[in-house]
Amino acid sequence: MSASKVKKGSGGGGGLGARPEHSSDSPLSIHAVTVAYHRKPVLWDVDYDAPSNQLIAIVGPNGAGKSTLIKACLGLVPRASGEVEFWGGSYRQARSRIGYVPQRESVDWDFPVSALDVVCMGRYRKIGWCKPVTRSHKEAGLECLDRVGMRAYAHRQISMLSGGQQQRVFLARALAQEADLYFMDEPFAGVDAATERAIVEVLRELKGQGKTVIAVHHDLQTVAEYFDRVILLNMRVVAAGAVEDVFTRENLHKTYGGRLTLLSEAAEAIARAGGR
Amino acid sequence: MELSIGADLFPILAGTLAAVTCGVLGNFLVLRRLSLMGDAISHSVLPGLVIAFIVTSTRDPVAMFIGAAAAGVATVVLVELVKKLGRVEPGAAMGVVFSVLFALGVLLIRQVEHLGQVDLDADCVLHGQLETLVWYGAPDTLSGLLDWGTFGAVPRQVTMLVVVCIAASVFVAVLFKELRIAAFDSELATTQGYHAGVLHYVLMVFVAVATVASFEAVGSIMVIAMLVCPAAAARLMTDRLGVQVWISVLLAIACGVGGYIAASAVPGWFGKDSVNAAGSMALVAGVLLVVVVFASPRHGVVHRWARRRSLARGMAADDLLAALYRRKEVGEASVGVGQVAAMLIGHSFGKALRGAVRGGHVSNDDGWLSLTDTGECAAARVIRRHRLWEDYLVGEAGFAPDHVHDPAEYLEHIPVEPSGGAETDPHGRSIPG
Repeated sequence: MSASKVKKGSGGGGGLGARPEHSSDSPLSIHAVTVAYHRKPVLWDVDYDAPSNQLIAIVGPNGAGKSTLIKACLGLVPRASGEVEFWGGSYRQARSRIGYVPQRESVDWDFPVSALDVVCMGRYRKIGWCKPVTRSHKEAGLECLDRVGMRAYAHRQISMLSGGQQQRVFLARALAQEADLYFMDEPFAGVDAATERAIVEVLRELKGQGKTVIAVHHDLQTVAEYFDRVILLNMRVVAAGAVEDVFTRENLHKTYGGRLTLLSEAAEAIARAGGR
Repeated sequence: MELSIGADLFPILAGTLAAVTCGVLGNFLVLRRLSLMGDAISHSVLPGLVIAFIVTSTRDPVAMFIGAAAAGVATVVLVELVKKLGRVEPGAAMGVVFSVLFALGVLLIRQVEHLGQVDLDADCVLHGQLETLVWYGAPDTLSGLLDWGTFGAVPRQVTMLVVVCIAASVFVAVLFKELRIAAFDSELATTQGYHAGVLHYVLMVFVAVATVASFEAVGSIMVIAMLVCPAAAARLMTDRLGVQVWISVLLAIACGVGGYIAASAVPGWFGKDSVNAAGSMALVAGVLLVVVVFASPRHGVVHRWARRRSLARGMAADDLLAALYRRKEVGEASVGVGQVAAMLIGHSFGKALRGAVRGGHVSNDDGWLSLTDTGECAAARVIRRHRLWEDYLVGEAGFAPDHVHDPAEYLEHIPVEPSGGAETDPHGRSIPG
């Protein structure tokens, strides 16, 4: 199925369901994206339009393709079909407006760099090819470290930081990118309570500045508390929308299948969300 | 031993230049855990060289370079393919690719020999021909080098190494930031427009070119050693990539010069002839790495051992003072050495006691130990931390009062006090101020 065909068919509803017309206000529009590893589909015909200035969680079981969806948007994994638009344009045009926080385990934390060096990497796009990191960029990096409460650790080698501190360094690096749309891959994975609070604070701060954040999230308990919108994903988009509309027992059942332990967890989460 | 300009200048220069070129590039291989890739490329350039030779029938350096660079890129592509399609780990993929390509190169050399065009030698591929870089008619003094005629006498291998060494250094200096981000977080690099895959291939082309340039002079064994040893040793000596690159350059120079001198001097002590200089340089690189593994400032074996030891000593000293303090609290101002030793089983008691007496914390009066005034202050600090921690563990962490002594025994040695200013511990004993 070609992408243009999908676009034409989008008004007519059909199997894809009615979708709003794509506008250039939407920071991210995903059209019929399919991704396959070794011929096995990981994502199948995913459609999604992200509204601007929202905190959006991607939720789904292991192997549902959550990280893959983010990487497909950023062109880090090849798409078998479909297309992704940012503010109505291509990724190439929007590159400097997009920030990315990969999973913490994706890098080698023994690497000989300081926390500040890592944060400054977020500004490399602004610095440009072959130019050194100047003092003003370092100042900006220090400010970002300050916003996540890590200024005192700026000159520590990164292996000497705890897991939560490493995650905060990653977050500071994302802030240093000064993007309008952020993709975060499990920012809350394995962090301590203080770091979790710091991350939530930063997310709200970003929202206050009119930015959009799309984050893979594992903890069903906190979805309603931390996020405005949710994408329930299991190879396909099971449901997507405002948390209070979409984050229902029925949809979670569809997303997670019959996994009982998870379902009871979900029921508890919904009860809490309802009780707010 | 005496060095002469004619016999020794160019071999030292060639060896050092090759060492520096490989050493600089090796930093990024070691950091990406791709050290074996240097090994792979240095072997698989052989078929590239032979094919270039067969096609052009000359040993024209340009043709050789193109053949080698193509072989380098082919190696990287093949390794990626084997990894992906064969679903094997990277090390296995590299091992398979380079052994097959090297074998292909050896077979091709035999064919060329058959045709009577023997101008390539598998032996010199291994250990190079540094010794052939003799400068006949060299000036006897260093001032004689300051002459235009000098440049004409520089052998082709050395000129090539100068060019490649400068190119590799400029490459690393100019693209330092890009190479660093690509090595640390290739995904972020790619999303920022610094395509990590492309940088990887460019780096590999440089490794291939450095290998070929070094090859003829020093051979592949030294190339492999220089791609790994200086960078690995430098990594252990610092935690900053920029500093690491500089240290690796200094170590590479030490290997080049030191290795050459060792090759001619050391066998002389035993009345033997000098040995292969390239092999000796590689050996020096290995020895340097071993020395650094033991002696480096933060990661070194010796430093870690000393730190553990000083920590253990500090703990033993704290425990000795605390034991005497507790006895004093119940009215025993002095305690027999034997009793204290029995209380501190498992510690290096003798050393702790000697240290405490020397430090003026404890006085030893004919086998009876008592705290001095300064000793009592120090002991009070330990006891204070111990009891504050006990209070904290019961009050804040929910421990049962009879379970807090053992954790507090560990925590008292950390020079940090928990919050909360209790006056007595959970057992009712007063906390010294």
